[in-house]
Amino acid sequence: MNNDNGHMEISHTNGQALLQIKDLHVWYELKRFGFGHAGYVRAVDGITFDLAQGEAIACVGESGCGKSSLMKTILGLNIPTKGDVVFDDTSLSATKGEELRQYRSKIGYIQQDPFGALPPFMTIERILEEPLMINGVTDKEERRRRIAKILEEVKLTPINEVLPKYPHMLSGGQQQRVVIARAMVMNPKLLVADEPVSMLDASVRVEILRLLRKLQESHNLAVIYITHDLSTVRYFSEFIFVMYAGEVIEFARMEDLLDDPKHPYTHALLDASSDPNADNALVYREIPKGEPPSLVNPPPACRFHPRCPHFMPGLCDVKDPPNFEVSPRHLVNCWLYDPEVQATNLESISVNNAV
Amino acid sequence: MKTLLERFRQLRSYPTAVIGLIIIALLVIVSVVTPFIMPYNEAIRLWRGGEDIWGRYPRNAAPAWQNWFTSTDVSNTIILDSVEGDGNVTISDLSADTREARFSFEFDFPYDTFPPELTVFANARYDSKEPFVEMIWITPDGREIRVGEFAVSSNTSFRFNQDDRLQRRLERETGIDGVSVVHGLFDDPAQEGLQVLPGTYRLDSIGLLFEPESELDLAFVSYGEVHGVAGTDHQRRDLSVALLWGTPIAMAFGLLAALATTVITMVIAAVGVWYGGWLDAAIQRITEVNSIIPLLPILIMVGTLYSRSIWIMLGLVILLSIFGIQIKQYRAIFLQVKESPYIDAARAYGAGNMRIVFRYLVPRILPLVIPAIVTLVPGFVFLEASLAVLGLGDPVLPTWGKLINDAATQGALFNGYYYWILQPSVLLMIAGLGFAMVGFALDRVFNPRLREV
Repeated sequence: MNNDNGHMEISHTNGQALLQIKDLHVWYELKRFGFGHAGYVRAVDGITFDLAQGEAIACVGESGCGKSSLMKTILGLNIPTKGDVVFDDTSLSATKGEELRQYRSKIGYIQQDPFGALPPFMTIERILEEPLMINGVTDKEERRRRIAKILEEVKLTPINEVLPKYPHMLSGGQQQRVVIARAMVMNPKLLVADEPVSMLDASVRVEILRLLRKLQESHNLAVIYITHDLSTVRYFSEFIFVMYAGEVIEFARMEDLLDDPKHPYTHALLDASSDPNADNALVYREIPKGEPPSLVNPPPACRFHPRCPHFMPGLCDVKDPPNFEVSPRHLVNCWLYDPEVQATNLESISVNNAV
Repeated sequence: MKTLLERFRQLRSYPTAVIGLIIIALLVIVSVVTPFIMPYNEAIRLWRGGEDIWGRYPRNAAPAWQNWFTSTDVSNTIILDSVEGDGNVTISDLSADTREARFSFEFDFPYDTFPPELTVFANARYDSKEPFVEMIWITPDGREIRVGEFAVSSNTSFRFNQDDRLQRRLERETGIDGVSVVHGLFDDPAQEGLQVLPGTYRLDSIGLLFEPESELDLAFVSYGEVHGVAGTDHQRRDLSVALLWGTPIAMAFGLLAALATTVITMVIAAVGVWYGGWLDAAIQRITEVNSIIPLLPILIMVGTLYSRSIWIMLGLVILLSIFGIQIKQYRAIFLQVKESPYIDAARAYGAGNMRIVFRYLVPRILPLVIPAIVTLVPGFVFLEASLAVLGLGDPVLPTWGKLINDAATQGALFNGYYYWILQPSVLLMIAGLGFAMVGFALDRVFNPRLREV
């Protein structure tokens, strides 16, 4: 499962993939004085994974790790610099103009900030009508019927009371239901949820997550759930991958990753996630020192090495780590799991377990 | 975010806005009604007309409302026309061919001041022999003064002031050397100095018609020192024509210019921000260059060298204003709106570029733009007036600015014709005030943060 440059390839769909991300690079060009070239921001730097119909995958990572760029590229809002996204047999790098527009309309998009995601000058009815109008549902009755159906599904009733309202008249949870309804109104096969509950009150988070889970099951949706908060991940995905500085550093089944994280960064991330337990107030949590690396000049080899507590000089900063399959379907992109390294430095294992 | 209608309803809580709205409503009503009561071509014909149209109007008469503010009752215009059925007309045969037509025009003259002019207009139809008219003036105290006689061709006017024999006769009659005709005719001999004798005067005219088919019409005009609601100018034209027609022109110019400039500026800013890159850069550079090009000198240049048509001026004003400095202001907001999650969402469900610009970017800025449009109107109304005052007004249209220009060239203030400048200026100020008051109130309604300031 290793390719030449050490990027992780995650394939578990046996050729029945709805979405295929192939060695995706999304680089933004930096300009000097508005025209001179000054390098690239490597927001996404070689990511490969598959997603089958009806499957959910979570993507975690801290701010600035490239998860938003990855998501926007999957949605067709960014152009891949290198590599490709194939969704429903349409290759993103080959589509343009009207085809690109159609590609976009087949993927539902749920945003983080429900109030910002809804145009404040449109009524709920108008907001839900827009995708339908744009995508050629010209019949007013048909539009109303579909809107009513989806509002029923997201439990935003009574419909006639909700439709003439403006977004600011709804609560945060209701707004997010509208966002979900808008994402679902075109009957997409894939839903991209970008931190769908992080801006909501804790009291409505679970409801929204349950709603998403229910929609996923009833519509057999593929879902990409993007978050920085590991405490909400458990609710729905089977698989999870961790991103750091534009690369995938660990991939596993949900339980495997949460219960037995391997990569030092995953450890740090799990330690930082909040868990409402009063005892935690007294626990000292170690967070990785330093800051996320610059994506313009990322550190050589393993991008985590400047912050890593198990940094092995001469190895981590020289050679790109390959992926090691520590257990079935659990891949980690770290030299600590190289059998040779483990053999030569038995202590490292105990160090790892102590983290 | 409230609907536009709700926001406009909020205006009711601002008294200044209510006054402003009433002013705007009146101006709009006048603008709409004027073309119906006086069609465009009729207004142009009247305004360009000479003595043929304005002959019976006094020269440089003040508006009639002046009498409300003064203790002396200034003479008003009196017109007696036999065609209109005024006066007593009796026709009798003198011989087989000759007939005598007696016109007796009786009128009440209650004013305290002398009329500036007296004229008899005569119109006759005949084959070869012109009818002949002889006139006698009968004062309220019974004195009879022979005015004079004249032969009537098709359109003849007898101007009392210009008749030397009548003037000498009145000198003898009143015993005052160099007395003018009007003074002589209306003077009260019982009083010291020149005083109007109020009462009922009569002008008896005897017309002799020398052909059986001949006809004669007479009209007597005693010109007033005040006339109508707005007064008259040096060409006897009624100022109300220009004041009335100036309203729709000022409104049309102001509203069209304000609306077109703001809307186009907004769209340019939105398109620039949305597409970005070289297009945005080009728009920014054009705006910067354009903002240092002075508008008025260019208008003066075009007006002097090319055309003074109001539509050319309007087009030019719009053209030079669309790359106005407001683009920077709108751009700053659009740049922020462009990054809104809802724009991403719209792109994600497949909205095209134009749809995003017009349905997602532009509506966000409307709260800012609507007050701007209203506040900009007076500026353009004043600009149009300024051009007219500078002598670059439309050569055909009667406008407020044109009146001020005429007044200035005729030395109105030096001659005491204050109303000539006062009326158009007050209308300009009221129009400006109305729009400004509504605009500022709208600003407060749409941008609530301003309320704290």
